[in-house]
Amino acid sequence: MQITSPYFKEKSSEALKDANLQKAMGNVERGFIDKRANAAANLPEFEALRDRAKEIKDHVLDHLDLYLENYEEKVQETGGRVHWAAGAQDARNIILDICKRANAKTVTKGKSMIAEEIAINEHLERNGIEPIETDLGEYIIQLRGEAPSHIIAPAVHVNKEEVEADFRRSHRHLPPGRNLEDPTSLLSEARSVLRDKFLAADVGITGANFLVAETGTSIIVTNEGNGDLTQILPRVHIVLASIEKIVPTLEDVSQILRVLARSATGQDMSVYTTFSTGPRRAEDPDGPEEYHVVLLDNGRSDMLGTEFQDMLRCIRCGACMNHCPVYNAVGGHSYGWVYPGPMGAVLTPTLIGVEKGGHLPNASTFCGRCESVCPMRIPLPKMMRHWREKEFERHLTPDGMRRGLLLWAWMAKHPKLYHAGSRLVINMLGMIGSRKGSFKRLPLAGGWTEHRDLPVPEGQTFQQQWAARRRNSKVGQAA
Amino acid sequence: MNRRSASSNRATPNGRASILAKIRKNVRNPEDPVRVARVADRLSRSPVGLIPARARKPHDKQVDLFCEQAVKVQASITRIKSIEDLPTALAEYLRDRNLPKKVRMGNAPFLKQAGWDKLPDFEISNGPSVGDDPVGLSHAFAGAAESGTLILESGSDNPTTLNFLPETHCVVIRASDISGDYETAWTAVREKYGKGNMPRTVNMITGPSRSGDIEQTLLLGAHGPRALQIFVVED
Repeated sequence: MQITSPYFKEKSSEALKDANLQKAMGNVERGFIDKRANAAANLPEFEALRDRAKEIKDHVLDHLDLYLENYEEKVQETGGRVHWAAGAQDARNIILDICKRANAKTVTKGKSMIAEEIAINEHLERNGIEPIETDLGEYIIQLRGEAPSHIIAPAVHVNKEEVEADFRRSHRHLPPGRNLEDPTSLLSEARSVLRDKFLAADVGITGANFLVAETGTSIIVTNEGNGDLTQILPRVHIVLASIEKIVPTLEDVSQILRVLARSATGQDMSVYTTFSTGPRRAEDPDGPEEYHVVLLDNGRSDMLGTEFQDMLRCIRCGACMNHCPVYNAVGGHSYGWVYPGPMGAVLTPTLIGVEKGGHLPNASTFCGRCESVCPMRIPLPKMMRHWREKEFERHLTPDGMRRGLLLWAWMAKHPKLYHAGSRLVINMLGMIGSRKGSFKRLPLAGGWTEHRDLPVPEGQTFQQQWAARRRNSKVGQAA
Repeated sequence: MNRRSASSNRATPNGRASILAKIRKNVRNPEDPVRVARVADRLSRSPVGLIPARARKPHDKQVDLFCEQAVKVQASITRIKSIEDLPTALAEYLRDRNLPKKVRMGNAPFLKQAGWDKLPDFEISNGPSVGDDPVGLSHAFAGAAESGTLILESGSDNPTTLNFLPETHCVVIRASDISGDYETAWTAVREKYGKGNMPRTVNMITGPSRSGDIEQTLLLGAHGPRALQIFVVED
């Protein structure tokens, strides 16, 4: 996947002018925000469960090495294999090896953001193995040759007319005159096309929402059932999971499950929460004969003990992006890599470097909605601020902005000068624009006036008004 | 793919040792002498967290809540007096929906007690699904009232493929196996398999399969069953 994060501003400008995208993004509010609010309101213990969920993950992160060792031991006890992948290339090699040993021609895939992170599809294709995405949204974007634009609704940027066109282009074996106007007919077509692929696949790759240390279990949470067909039908099941997915016990998972679906889609529970432990047992009539877990680090252990550790609590529900005014305006592709929205703005610079991902933490109004809905109480705005500071410290901020910020900081430290300066500017702008009411263009403020008019200042500065109010109230008290 | 540094594009020998070493270097308080004991304690005690109030009620109310919640997520419910009423109730359900008289099920002893000779004109077979079964029948060992969730274990009694491949999934559960919360099911699993052990697959199922991936509009029947019918046996 080509990283375009450095071009966030350009991509955003294009996105704002893209009528199809803007229409599709309108579904986010309808599809997610109200549903989450209702689900949270219907469970009086929701806020307390958020606290519990946060505590569980904090505890895990402080003992991550020990829980990983416990988890590995349990997987091995049940006949599964654990492969440790320090980086993306390691994970790609491990997965390709397993597929080659299985003589795999086709590989079905459940939805996994880590699979996007390591770009496994491209790697399998280059080596003559066909990867087939089976989540409906992932399938749609695979046909379109696109990346996901949302971590739980990968095709949220696509309208149904576009899906229809993609299906007609890709499913040439079906009658061209068929009716696909109704979304139900699109779903049925995907179901029947993919059913054959499920049954034919040699290897199934899924992600994992959780790994349970107590039992050596991997868990996937889905609505469609595609993840299950991916992992029970082929002879080999590969679980691709990052190291921070560990939770201690089944009880701990139950706590987090109570906030996961509510925060994501507003369901009390997703339809399928599936616990997989090792390969099929001697008495099992179905299930995979081989069970592999690829544990991916890829920069996460570097976040431990830093100001970004809290990000490792993330359970990938997507609530932060659903509630983000910037994400809603520009869509996920503007962010230029795998993880969009506020969680992506924090995670991307950690994983691909601040040089490439440093723009993203600037794409925030700091309104704080992301933190207020995060089930794991991750202080996203605070961490975006950390990145801005790092970007500034490392001189990655453009010169003009740096000089402006330094000038502003110097002025702010000299209040008398600051007040005098702002009085002067306000008065001048007021005089120049007194007849116009607003400015259509203004030197040094092109970023503002390009998209909207700047109202002409009226009267006094805030400081002057404040001083006047205090004077008046004192007069009032004295009388 | 472009990565932060060239090094991460190279294979790392002994990933396990290098990952664990890095975690130990960066984790807070790595020298804390009670770390190991704390982890062992949590894994052995598996402390129960917060159980929502809605789950904590008398058993008959839990069964009612289970049924209500399941219907809310588009499952359908039939309450029957005894397992022997199952064949007739199932035949009625299938007839009402114009479904074929063909059922695939596992070897669960509870389902065998139903007496399937009551349906002589039905094609009833046992074993996993290979994809062409219109109706699958399973036995859930537990149910959680708080969200109307069925909990099923894999094995020859209940092949996992039956939960996903047939278009219609029928699940039988004893009312006495329904409890308020998920945690009660884990206690049952531990009693059967021993602490720290699980069957190959445990499926928590909450309603029939669905997708919201086309314009965030909820559609039933994605890749799994289009319909989920639950028979609650009031034993």
